[in-house]
Amino acid sequence: MPRIGEDLTSYLREGMMPTVWCPGCGHGNIFRAIAESFRQLNLDPSRIAVLGGIGCSGRTPFYFNTNAMHTTHGRVLAFATGLKLANPRLTVIVAMGDGDALAIGAGHFVHAARRNIDVTAILYNNSIYGMTGGQEAPSTPLAFRSTTSPFGNIEPAFDTVELAMAAGATYVARTTTFDFDDMPRYISEAILHPGFSVVEILSQCPTYFGRLNQLGDAPELLKYERSQTFLAENTPLLTKAEMVGKRPLGVFRNEIRPEYTKEYAKLCQAHGGTYHA
Amino acid sequence: MKLVQGNEAAVMGALAGGLDFYAGYPITPATEIMEQLSRILPSRGGVFIQMEDELAALGAVIGAAWGGMRAMTATSGPGFSLMQEHIGYAAMTQTPCVVIDSQRIGPSTGQPTMPAQGDVMQARWGSHGDRAALVLTASSVKDVFDMTRQAFIWAQDYRLPVIVLLDAVLSHMRENVELPPVPGPMTRQNAQIPENQPPFGSHPFQPFSDSTRTIVSGLSHDEDGMTQGSIGHQAEQIIRNQMADLDRDYSQIVQYRRYQLDDAKWAIVAYGITARAARAAVHLLRESGIRVGLLELMTLWPFPEKTVQEMAHVVHGLLIPELNLGQIVLPLKAAVCGLTPVFFMGRADGELFQPEEIAERIVRLDQKDVGVSTLIGRD
Ligand SMILES: Cc1ncc(C[n+]2csc(CCOP(=O)(O)OP(=O)(O)O)c2C)c(N)n1
Ligand code: SF4
Repeated sequence: MPRIGEDLTSYLREGMMPTVWCPGCGHGNIFRAIAESFRQLNLDPSRIAVLGGIGCSGRTPFYFNTNAMHTTHGRVLAFATGLKLANPRLTVIVAMGDGDALAIGAGHFVHAARRNIDVTAILYNNSIYGMTGGQEAPSTPLAFRSTTSPFGNIEPAFDTVELAMAAGATYVARTTTFDFDDMPRYISEAILHPGFSVVEILSQCPTYFGRLNQLGDAPELLKYERSQTFLAENTPLLTKAEMVGKRPLGVFRNEIRPEYTKEYAKLCQAHGGTYHA
Repeated sequence: MKLVQGNEAAVMGALAGGLDFYAGYPITPATEIMEQLSRILPSRGGVFIQMEDELAALGAVIGAAWGGMRAMTATSGPGFSLMQEHIGYAAMTQTPCVVIDSQRIGPSTGQPTMPAQGDVMQARWGSHGDRAALVLTASSVKDVFDMTRQAFIWAQDYRLPVIVLLDAVLSHMRENVELPPVPGPMTRQNAQIPENQPPFGSHPFQPFSDSTRTIVSGLSHDEDGMTQGSIGHQAEQIIRNQMADLDRDYSQIVQYRRYQLDDAKWAIVAYGITARAARAAVHLLRESGIRVGLLELMTLWPFPEKTVQEMAHVVHGLLIPELNLGQIVLPLKAAVCGLTPVFFMGRADGELFQPEEIAERIVRLDQKDVGVSTLIGRD
């Protein structure tokens, strides 16, 4: 895979840069991986729409030189559903934070998955609310601190992969910002996949999650991410003790099921209408 | 002539206005609109989708508008409350769309099948912040058709979420009407965008296309969609310009009907379903020799200030009956500016006004003939 410095500029809206992200924030790594996937797939920028929710992650659409929407907190998948249905030729990419997707937007997340609409959802999971200054998220691990769980979190976290699969997403993968090559690989697979795809990427927030939990700066957090995860394909080689409390990484589902816009096109056809999906 | 239900007329008006995308969530008394469109739209190659809630419904509508479709949703009180965040988003992003709200008694679940006019302020001010607003209402099945159709035209012209207010009775009422045949599905060509035309501000709406690279955001932005730096002033200017556009086109946008006002001593101001009782009251009163007329408001926002003012100069007083506990009476009083007393009668119990109740109130006013000396409008 091409390394830093290779030309991704045709996908970038440089007039909006620099980005809002703090130095060392994992969201920048994910952003670059998405651009890298666009390049790998040689996508025409005029046929891509990048949408985001509200949060540090939700700022992603600003930096792509495509048609783009920065929507409302949690509801981005509803906008994406309308846009994709109105213009099925578009490749629709959605950037969401963990608060965005799993708290305020959990309802939209499970229903987009259930419908299996051809949208790629990239969940930037930094285990905390970045934009609003480090509050607890539904992804904050037990006992970890945030500005609204100063004595340690007592709520269990959602597992995005399990939630997405239970809801019916047809491509589900998880990786981390440490896994520099896996990010664009999974994102590309997800974009090519004809159905609702979820790529969860564990990301670092040095400014709040790192600082409030005394986990150190960005490099330390990357190591921490690594220590909290294992490759699912290595499961047979690992002992129970080596896996307990850690999250598996890899592709957990990649299957074809009827996709929503295609099904809708069939419905129209059966009743005399022409809708091109 | 055909017997048509109010909600059905909304569907036909929307199709006549070019509707090709509907997203909604079921709620009484608006549900028939979505049920009918779920049958009609697939056969026209349009899109119908039932979303998981009302926030999602309006979110999908806005997404579809940027995808190039003419989009609408319909709801009632509880759903309308949920939609407020996205009404604000549509306003901030100048996204054309139509929202029908068939009003029922509130607050909260209230009485789902009973009519009300309690959302008239929410339709104007319900989402946070300031915005230009275009809110229409109707008092007959024919009006529902006309106003819904008109809403689509103005949504495009002024780049606004246009709100059409119905109520539980109007939605479910049937009347004999002559409606034009529903046009076939329209194929829309994206107009050629002049080079360097900014995506926001006072420029025609351009949905996403191969030649656009628009960034749409609910953050304050300038005409190019740029959000950095101190753009507060430019963002305010976009909204001010939208308000000015509505002002400029007042005579076209602000629609109303005048009944027997020319020689009137008393004027009733009414809108929506209440205007029907008010009209009947005018007839009753005229029979007993009281000179009374009716101003029926069809555009609620922008508020018909100039029209009201002109009338306030020549009558002894105004009476406004509303199915709420005092909403449109507020801008009415502001417009009248003390020129003549304004009397209010309201109810929020799910019942309609009877023409006799309204007439009786005018008779009492006429007997006392409070004239111009009583400005508070209490009797
Ligand atoms: C309706 C609404 N509620 C609350 C907020 C405030 N808010 C903005 S971003 C955010 C959470 C951001 O966290 P997350 O989604 O995890 O994204 P991150 O910033 O960490 O990338 C919140 C609560 C809002 N913008 N809108
Ligand atoms: S606050 Fe955290 S998530 Fe937001 S940009 Fe900074 S480091 Fe990234």
